[in-house]
Amino acid sequence: MDCQTDDDARTRSRGSPVTLSFQAAVAGRGFDVDLAVRPGETLAVMGPNGAGKSTLLASIAGLLRPDSGRAELNGRTLFDLDGANRTWLPPHHRGTALLAQEPLLFPHLSAVDNVSFGPRSGGVPKRDAKQQAMRWLADVEAEHLAGRRPAQLSGGQAQRVAVARALAADPALLLLDEPLAALDIHSAPLLRRLFKRVLAGRQAIIVTHDVLDALVLADRVVILENGKVAEEGPTRTVLERPRSSFAAGLAGLNFIPGTLDGAGVHTSRGMRIAGHHQEQAFPEAGFPEAGGPGVAVFPPSAVSVFLDDAHGSPRNSFAVTITDLEPHGDQIRVRAGGLAADITPSASADLGLAPGMTVHFVVKAAAVSVYGT
Amino acid sequence: MDRHAYSGIPAWVRVLAVLAAVVVVLPLLAMVLRVDWAQFIPLVTSGPSLTALGLSLRTSAASTVLCVVLGVPLALVLARDSFRLQGLLRSLVLLPLVLPPVVGGIALLYTFGRQGLLGQALEVLGLRIAFSTTAVVLAQTFVALPFLVVSLEGALRTSGSRYEAVAATLGARPGTVFRRVTLPLVLPGLASGAVLSFARSLGEFGATLTFAGSLQGVTRTLPLEIYLQRETDPAAAVALSLVLVAVAVAVVALAYRQPAKSRPWTAKRTTTPAPVRGEVP
Repeated sequence: MDCQTDDDARTRSRGSPVTLSFQAAVAGRGFDVDLAVRPGETLAVMGPNGAGKSTLLASIAGLLRPDSGRAELNGRTLFDLDGANRTWLPPHHRGTALLAQEPLLFPHLSAVDNVSFGPRSGGVPKRDAKQQAMRWLADVEAEHLAGRRPAQLSGGQAQRVAVARALAADPALLLLDEPLAALDIHSAPLLRRLFKRVLAGRQAIIVTHDVLDALVLADRVVILENGKVAEEGPTRTVLERPRSSFAAGLAGLNFIPGTLDGAGVHTSRGMRIAGHHQEQAFPEAGFPEAGGPGVAVFPPSAVSVFLDDAHGSPRNSFAVTITDLEPHGDQIRVRAGGLAADITPSASADLGLAPGMTVHFVVKAAAVSVYGT
Repeated sequence: MDRHAYSGIPAWVRVLAVLAAVVVVLPLLAMVLRVDWAQFIPLVTSGPSLTALGLSLRTSAASTVLCVVLGVPLALVLARDSFRLQGLLRSLVLLPLVLPPVVGGIALLYTFGRQGLLGQALEVLGLRIAFSTTAVVLAQTFVALPFLVVSLEGALRTSGSRYEAVAATLGARPGTVFRRVTLPLVLPGLASGAVLSFARSLGEFGATLTFAGSLQGVTRTLPLEIYLQRETDPAAAVALSLVLVAVAVAVVALAYRQPAKSRPWTAKRTTTPAPVRGEVP
C-alpha cells in the first residue's frame, strides 16, 4: 500500500501522471471537453441529460468520431484529428471496454461464452478463454449462471455477467454508462458493492445520475453541462463546495450565483446575500477578490419559512412563491423561487402552506457559505 | 391474441377480407379439383417431368446460394453503412421485385448475350452464357435477390448495431464481429430470406424463357415444362402445377413459422424481464 502511495506521489510530482488524456469537440452537438484520468483512478462524469456524457464515452471508445481533438491512453494515441497526419484507432484496438445501462449480452451465446468473447477475440485459445471466463464469472459471483442464455437471466444477473465480460477483455480503461440505472432497487446495492471492489485501482470512467455512485465508486468527479466541463475535482470537495448549480443540486444545497462583495454575494437581480467566507476550510483555494464571480450556498435545513417579512440581522430574507411541497425524509421540502427549505410537517401545517402562496425564506448569514468560483 | 378483446373492425371490412381470401384460395382449389388423381403419379414421374423438376431444384439451389453470398453483403451495406446514393442503390436493387420478369430477361440478354455488354468479352474467354443452365441460374438470381436483401435488411435494422459496438469495444475485429455477432443475430431473417429466394427461383418463368430459352434438360425448368404441357397434355400440366403448389406451401410454412422455443431471443429483445399477467415465468 505504502509503495503504491509513493508511486502515486512520484508520478504526480513528475507532472504527467495521466493514463487518459482526452480533448475533443463535436460541433454539431456543442461538445467541447478536455479531461484526464490518472493511474488507478475512477472518474465519475455527471450532468443533466444531453450534457454530452454519452458523446464523451462514445468518442473514447471509438464509436463516434469527433470533429477535432486528440486523446491518448497509456501513451498510445487513440485519435489525433488536429495534426497534419490524422490518426484514428478503431474501437477493437483501443482497449476501452464499454458497459452500458443495459447488459447487452449476446443473446445467442451462453453466459460463459459471452464472458470468453473478449479473450477469444484477443486470440486466446478456446479452452483457455473458457477457463478465464469461469474465473471472471466466479469473481462476480455468477459461476452458477455459466450455462444460461441471457434470456434466462434476471436484470441484475445479466449485468453481473456483463461486468465479468467487460473485465475479461482486460481493458486499459473501463467505460461505464450508467451501469446501475436499469436495475431494480434490490439488485443495485449488490452491483454497487461489486463495482466498488472491481474498480479499486482500475482506470475507469463512470457516467452516473446517482450521487451515491459518485461518492462510493469515484475518486474524482467531472460535471458536464451543455457539452462543457462545468467543474471538476475530488468527489467530496465538489459536493461540499459546489461551483455549478448542477453539483449543488446533487449535493442537495441551495445555490445562488452572483458577484462577491466582502462576506456576501450580489445577485444579478440586485439582492445581497450575507454569508461567511469558507476559505479557512479550503485554504488552497485562496481568498477571493471582491467583484469576482462567487456563489452563496446553504442547506435547505438552514432555511426557516415565515408568512411575513421577519427582519433581524444578521439574516437573509427572500420573498418567494411556493411551487411545490413534497415529503423529504421526515421533513417537508418547500420549493420556491429555485430554492428549497426543509421544515417539519407540523410547522408546514401551522403555516397552512400551499403551492402558489408567497412566503419568506429566512436564513442566518452564519449558515451561508460564500466563495469565489 | 385474446379472443375476447375488442378489435374495432367494421363488419364490411370483414366481408372484404373474406373476399380477398377467396380471390387467393379459390383458383388453387379449382385447380386441385381438376387433378386426375389416378394418373397423378405416372404424370409427375414421367421422364420430361422428372428432368424438369430436377433441373428446377438444382438451379434454384444454386441461385439461392448465389443470393446468400451476394445478398448478405449488400443488405449489410444498405442497413449499416451510410454513403452517397444509398437510397438510389436500395431502390435499384428492389427493381426486379416490380419489373416484369420478361423485361429482366431481355436486360440479361443484352448484358450476357452474344451481342451484349459483356457477351463479347465472355466469348473471348470461351464462355457462352445465354441459353445455358448458367443463364437459368442468373435469371433466377436476378429476380430472387431482392427477396433476400429486403428480409435481411429488415432483420439487420431491427436488431440494431449496439451488440456490434459492444463486441468491438471488447476487442473483436470487424470480421469477428460479423461472424460471431451479426450473422447469428440475424440468422432467422437470413433463413426466411433464403427460403423466399428459393421459392421465387423455383417459380421463375419469364426471365428464364427470354434469356435461357426452353431446352429440355438444359434450361427447361418445371414452370416452363408446365407451360409447354398445357398445350398438349393439360392433365400433366395440372399435376405438375400441384407439385409446385405443394413446394410453395412448404416454403411459406418454413419461412413464416413461429420462432422455435429453443431460440427465445428472436421473440424477446429486451433484457429486463417484463412480467406478464397470467404468465408463469
